[in-house]
Amino acid sequence: MNPLLELHDLTKAFFGVAAVKGVSLHVNAGETLGLIGQNGAGKSTLMNLVGGVVHPDSGRLLLKGNPYNPRTPADAQRSGIAFIHQELNLFTNLTIAENIFISDFPRGGFPGTFNRAKIKQQTRELLNAVGLDIAPETPLDRISPGERQLVEIARALHQDAALIIFDEPTTSLTARETERLFTIMEQLTAQGKGIIYISHILGDVRKLADRIAVMRDGELVALETADSFPISRMISLMVGRSIEQLYPPRTSAPTDKSLLEVTGVRAAGIVENISFHLKAGEVLGLFGLMGSGRTELARMIFGLDPFDSGSILVEGESLRKPSPRASIRSKIAFVTENRREEGLLMSIDIANNISLVSLPEFANNLIQMVDQRQMQEAAQETATILQLKSGDIRQQPVKALSGGNQQKVVIAKWLLSRPSIFIMDEPTRGIDVGAKYEIYSIIDQLAADGSGVLIISSELEELTGMCDRILVMSQGEVVGEFDRAAFNRERILSAAFREHNPEQPVSG
Amino acid sequence: MDQGDLTHPWSTTQRLTIEGCTVSTVNDRLSQVQSLARRKKSRSASISTATQLIRKFLLSDYFVLYLTLILFISAAFFFPTLGTPGNIANQLQNMWPLLAVAIGQTFVLILGGIDLSLGATMGFTSVVGAIVMAQNLDPAFFDKSPLWGTLMRPEGGLLAGSALAVPVGVLVMLAVGTSIGFLNGYAITRFKMAPFMVTLVTSTFFAGFALWLTQSRNISGLPEAFIELGKGDIVSVYLGPKLTPDIARRDILQFITYPFVIAAGLAVLAQFLLSKTVFGRQMFSIGTNRVTSDISGLPSQSVIIRVYMFSGFCAAVASILYSARLAIGQPSLGGGNLLLDIIGAAVIGGTSLFGGKGSVRGTFFGVAFFVLLLNILNAMRLDPFVIDAVKGGFILLAALVDVTRTRLMNREQRA
Repeated sequence: MNPLLELHDLTKAFFGVAAVKGVSLHVNAGETLGLIGQNGAGKSTLMNLVGGVVHPDSGRLLLKGNPYNPRTPADAQRSGIAFIHQELNLFTNLTIAENIFISDFPRGGFPGTFNRAKIKQQTRELLNAVGLDIAPETPLDRISPGERQLVEIARALHQDAALIIFDEPTTSLTARETERLFTIMEQLTAQGKGIIYISHILGDVRKLADRIAVMRDGELVALETADSFPISRMISLMVGRSIEQLYPPRTSAPTDKSLLEVTGVRAAGIVENISFHLKAGEVLGLFGLMGSGRTELARMIFGLDPFDSGSILVEGESLRKPSPRASIRSKIAFVTENRREEGLLMSIDIANNISLVSLPEFANNLIQMVDQRQMQEAAQETATILQLKSGDIRQQPVKALSGGNQQKVVIAKWLLSRPSIFIMDEPTRGIDVGAKYEIYSIIDQLAADGSGVLIISSELEELTGMCDRILVMSQGEVVGEFDRAAFNRERILSAAFREHNPEQPVSG
Repeated sequence: MDQGDLTHPWSTTQRLTIEGCTVSTVNDRLSQVQSLARRKKSRSASISTATQLIRKFLLSDYFVLYLTLILFISAAFFFPTLGTPGNIANQLQNMWPLLAVAIGQTFVLILGGIDLSLGATMGFTSVVGAIVMAQNLDPAFFDKSPLWGTLMRPEGGLLAGSALAVPVGVLVMLAVGTSIGFLNGYAITRFKMAPFMVTLVTSTFFAGFALWLTQSRNISGLPEAFIELGKGDIVSVYLGPKLTPDIARRDILQFITYPFVIAAGLAVLAQFLLSKTVFGRQMFSIGTNRVTSDISGLPSQSVIIRVYMFSGFCAAVASILYSARLAIGQPSLGGGNLLLDIIGAAVIGGTSLFGGKGSVRGTFFGVAFFVLLLNILNAMRLDPFVIDAVKGGFILLAALVDVTRTRLMNREQRA
């Protein structure tokens, strides 16, 4: 079989730091190649070399046996290489059809116009091919993230891509949408397309890929057949050392002191009759699919969104006028799902990010003058406790940090305001294995110090690994509660799916 | 290539027959080649130092200051009048009012907003101040004003002739400017309207209001004590022979003037607020990312209102300096292209129109650059319309340079 894409000894350095070192690889037509590695291992740079976003310092690329030197992403697209990114490159204000044809509208009869009927017809065929039964003129903002992903694939098909690169495509998908995506991917390879699949979810990679390439520090450290590649070995190859466990042992148990009591909270169309409590020293998991109302519930507890009825008591007291400021005063911290847009000031230095919430505490005078030294010392101390790996925290902007260290800055920001309740929405999303372990250790430490931690996650494994108790949400309601002793993957999943899709038999 | 250079002298020396000579020639040639190589190396080293210097220059906080000095020195070469003490003193005086109002705009831009009402605020406060202070008003000009007979009378404004006229007038001007800022800030936060729209509307409203009150006339007859604020000097210099007992006013070079002291005081206050206080840090945070700031519990609405109030306050200070210098209350004070000058000076000084970036120092350099540029264009005796076109071009260039600098800086951080 002829390789579809070949990489020969590719090297790329940024300002003397090698991001990709002598990588040789190939992808065959009709094959799925898994590509794994920690953040910063060089996966993105490697794919950017293939996509024409950056250019190699040395080495060469062959596409179907011919030299391939993409100068721009448009070159790559013309050569039949399509990218499907974690953050989708779609226009939410346009329709599905317009998104698919955005770069090449078929011309209409009159100059400067385009042929709407033709677009509609072709879009329908493309949507059929990806198993999406939606009208072509549906605006993109009306469809779910999973459906958008399929639209992006339809666009790749329209561009007649021979090789499709998927970069973390499942992070915002529900389990069912993920399943559907995988089915489509299998169909694509059956049609002779080549796929490169990049993901942190190693189980998925193993299931989908024919071969798996592992990168570490810019180098290709392993390339093996998926079937004979145990996940534990993938992890130790990625990390460069063997991690005995993915989750640190819990060092404390919940106390009897109730910190947060949510009773009968309801917001029409979003959440219905939510009641639960969080104790001091407890790590409580909130499991649910996308759209189950879990993030919305967290926003209500933190005073960001209003609710119609019910009560939220913090240490027995309710907030008179809910707002983030009021919540912070009553010692709640909210680590949001989206750290770039909602948690951090990306272009600003680490110290000022860490002191963002508690800055007024460092200015105890009439004119609110900040004691810079005291502030920086406190920020440094918190950074040290969390083992933040960074340069000078007064100089380095947060955007220069890796995902895991950025998340530590968000946590540090809240730690400095000494909260007793932590709400963490997807705290380890997009973070590599090593950093995840560190975040889990921090969570355990917080609970051991007497805080209550509410973790929202769509990774069931991390919840069963870390939590004392798990609540399951589905369609705006709490549909199940499990104690640590009664954790059972299948039962939790079936609870999450019950309301969602009653007729479908549930399995793990 | 290098090898070719090396073998060539060897082959020529082989043709020489006298031994001693051969040896010396070979050595000479060798050392020549070596020194050539050395020179090549040092030249490439000096090239890389040059690019490093250019990079350093571009990334320096003082970039605009250097640019201003370079421009000044090279222009003074062609237009010797630019370098005369008289011109320098004069241009410095042109800077202070513009600096005052540009500082206000800088604050708003850092917040991620924009204040298009600064010019109109200046015109309106100028008129209000004059109505309080004027010592006589000509009925022929003002009898159609809606205030005629009440606040405006033939014998002057509200406090005409009173000892309190100047202090009260100044305070009223500051209060009016700050209030217009409050109005802007309140509308922007309370009704979540776009700053562009809100300030454009207040601008139109107060510009029109000022023209209506004065029937589009300038109000003269302001008290001497007020005019002193715009013209008075603390330290001045006279260069030249003393021929008569009196020195004509135009021969006295003013350096430390009241406008200088007032604008510098405002700049120091602004710099302090920006870099040392919770308010300043929160401004940057909100300008960088409003959502993150809100979730982190920052009092965004109050910060935004306070910033617009400060911006209005700055406009009032500039209005005081301009009105006092011109010795009139002028409804069209902030009209014409002044708004472009204000935004231009801030942008040239490195303040980003996208928020989260800017400094008082940068704006100061920006104002200096702008005033110098105008001075040069005037010295070239260009058509006023051409001057506007060139000014616009320079602001565009500044925005371009800013984008390049940001890119360089990002690259530097990544490396």
